[in-house]
Amino acid sequence: MEIGILSTSGGKQLATLTVDPNSTLKELKTQIHRLKSHLYPDRQEFRQEPRGKGLDESKTVAALGLKNHSKLYLKDLGPQVAWKTVFLTEYAGPLFVYAWIYQRPWLFYGEGAANQPMSQVAHIAAYCWVIHYTKRILETLFVHRFSHATMPVRNLFRNCAYYWIFAAYVAYHVNHPLYTAPCQMQSYIALGFWTICELGNFSIHWALRNLRPPGSKERRIPRPTKDPLTLMFNLVSCPNYTYEVGGWVAFTIMTQCLPAGLFAFAGFYQMAVWAIGKHRAYKKDFKDYPRGRKAIIPFVF
Amino acid sequence: MSAAKKAPSRVLSLPARIYLIFYNAIQFLGWSFLLYKMVDFVVNQDLEGKSLWEHVEIPLLIFQSGAILEVVHCACGITPSSTIITFAQVYSRVFLIWPILYKVPDARDQIGFSLLLLAWTVTEVLRYLYYVLNLISLVPGFLLWCRYTFFIILYPAGVTGELLCCYRALSHYSETQEFSILLPNAWNFTFNFYYYTILVMLAYIPVFPQLYTHMFVQRKKILGNKKHD
Repeated sequence: MEIGILSTSGGKQLATLTVDPNSTLKELKTQIHRLKSHLYPDRQEFRQEPRGKGLDESKTVAALGLKNHSKLYLKDLGPQVAWKTVFLTEYAGPLFVYAWIYQRPWLFYGEGAANQPMSQVAHIAAYCWVIHYTKRILETLFVHRFSHATMPVRNLFRNCAYYWIFAAYVAYHVNHPLYTAPCQMQSYIALGFWTICELGNFSIHWALRNLRPPGSKERRIPRPTKDPLTLMFNLVSCPNYTYEVGGWVAFTIMTQCLPAGLFAFAGFYQMAVWAIGKHRAYKKDFKDYPRGRKAIIPFVF
Repeated sequence: MSAAKKAPSRVLSLPARIYLIFYNAIQFLGWSFLLYKMVDFVVNQDLEGKSLWEHVEIPLLIFQSGAILEVVHCACGITPSSTIITFAQVYSRVFLIWPILYKVPDARDQIGFSLLLLAWTVTEVLRYLYYVLNLISLVPGFLLWCRYTFFIILYPAGVTGELLCCYRALSHYSETQEFSILLPNAWNFTFNFYYYTILVMLAYIPVFPQLYTHMFVQRKKILGNKKHD
């Protein structure tokens, strides 16, 4: 049978494909790629209406009710970049930027700044920062299972700008020769809290990885595992975000640095938006989703 | 420059409508007065040796600051524009008149200020007159044409003037560190007004093209349709 492919912008006929009823949309994408070499499959999104929802590429032509001479709309999602690439780039930046500014380069602080004394907590903060982003990179490489393959290229620039600029902003203040450390007790307690949050965040990532076996598309309610840090699942839908926010609040208290607090707040805001979305999706998909669980802050929201 | 309003048939309560007519009329009169003062300065060159800034300072500060109310109008829903966009536009104006022009004499009395004043006065006279007449559904086609055509020259001229004034003010903030928070302090926070001004200037790069093209889109929509009537 023949399917007409129309563009979502303008409705122009882009191609006519010959398909079987059992062909998946994924196979159709391959066909289109052969016809238009710049439209690799990750860049294509099929819709039944020009402004409709994107269709699951694993669905077959028959499952969508398409017949001979039916029409499908194709949206060009624009140049794509692999999610992994975005994550690695956006996390590598803060690592190098902070480590560089930690050296107190003359570019930021003038000549001789590197020779001035540095408080113990500024050293500890640098180690915490490097550990945090190294952990993120390792998780990206070995732990996370990504549900999407790619995202639009402009996200790469936007995300990197956010991470890299904030890294420079925080690093500039904590490593400044005129930085004032808070009392040691405050820093040590905050450091302890930070450590728990980092371990907690990792525990959740690990638990989420094991929630769904590779290749399966089954969705399940996340629950605590043997790891006690995963008990947070009983209180919130997205304990990974809870621990992440906790970690940055701890970092802020440890350094008593308002710029770090602003970074923590910005991250919190974004993660809260994501958590609320995820929380709603869970409640919609699972009739037996545990009540009493909040989105990101236990007992609050 | 404000985002274009929707067609006059908005559901506005009578008190809100009366208030808005009142507000826009006052702004129209204020900016007309400023336009008059500016033309007066150009025509009668020697006025007790006063500069252009001295000629217009007080009404400019009053009427431009008054525009802050427009953000409140959006937030309350009595005007249809986006609160965020209106905030950005009013913010840039208030930023220019207070920390740049009022605070730094060097920023005044150069071509930048003249461009800025010309662009602002003509634009605002047209804009506020349009709003008043729009609220009573009596906008003449000629005014509509002016509002959606003059911007083509005035908007870039105004932006050029604004950037020149900001640039002239930079050395003052770099030297005096006024409005800046320095280290050391308990919260390890800094704020450098000099860099902040540079940041504001850089923000024009992404924002201006968007607003400028938006005005062209509006022009096509509003003036384009009129031709078919």
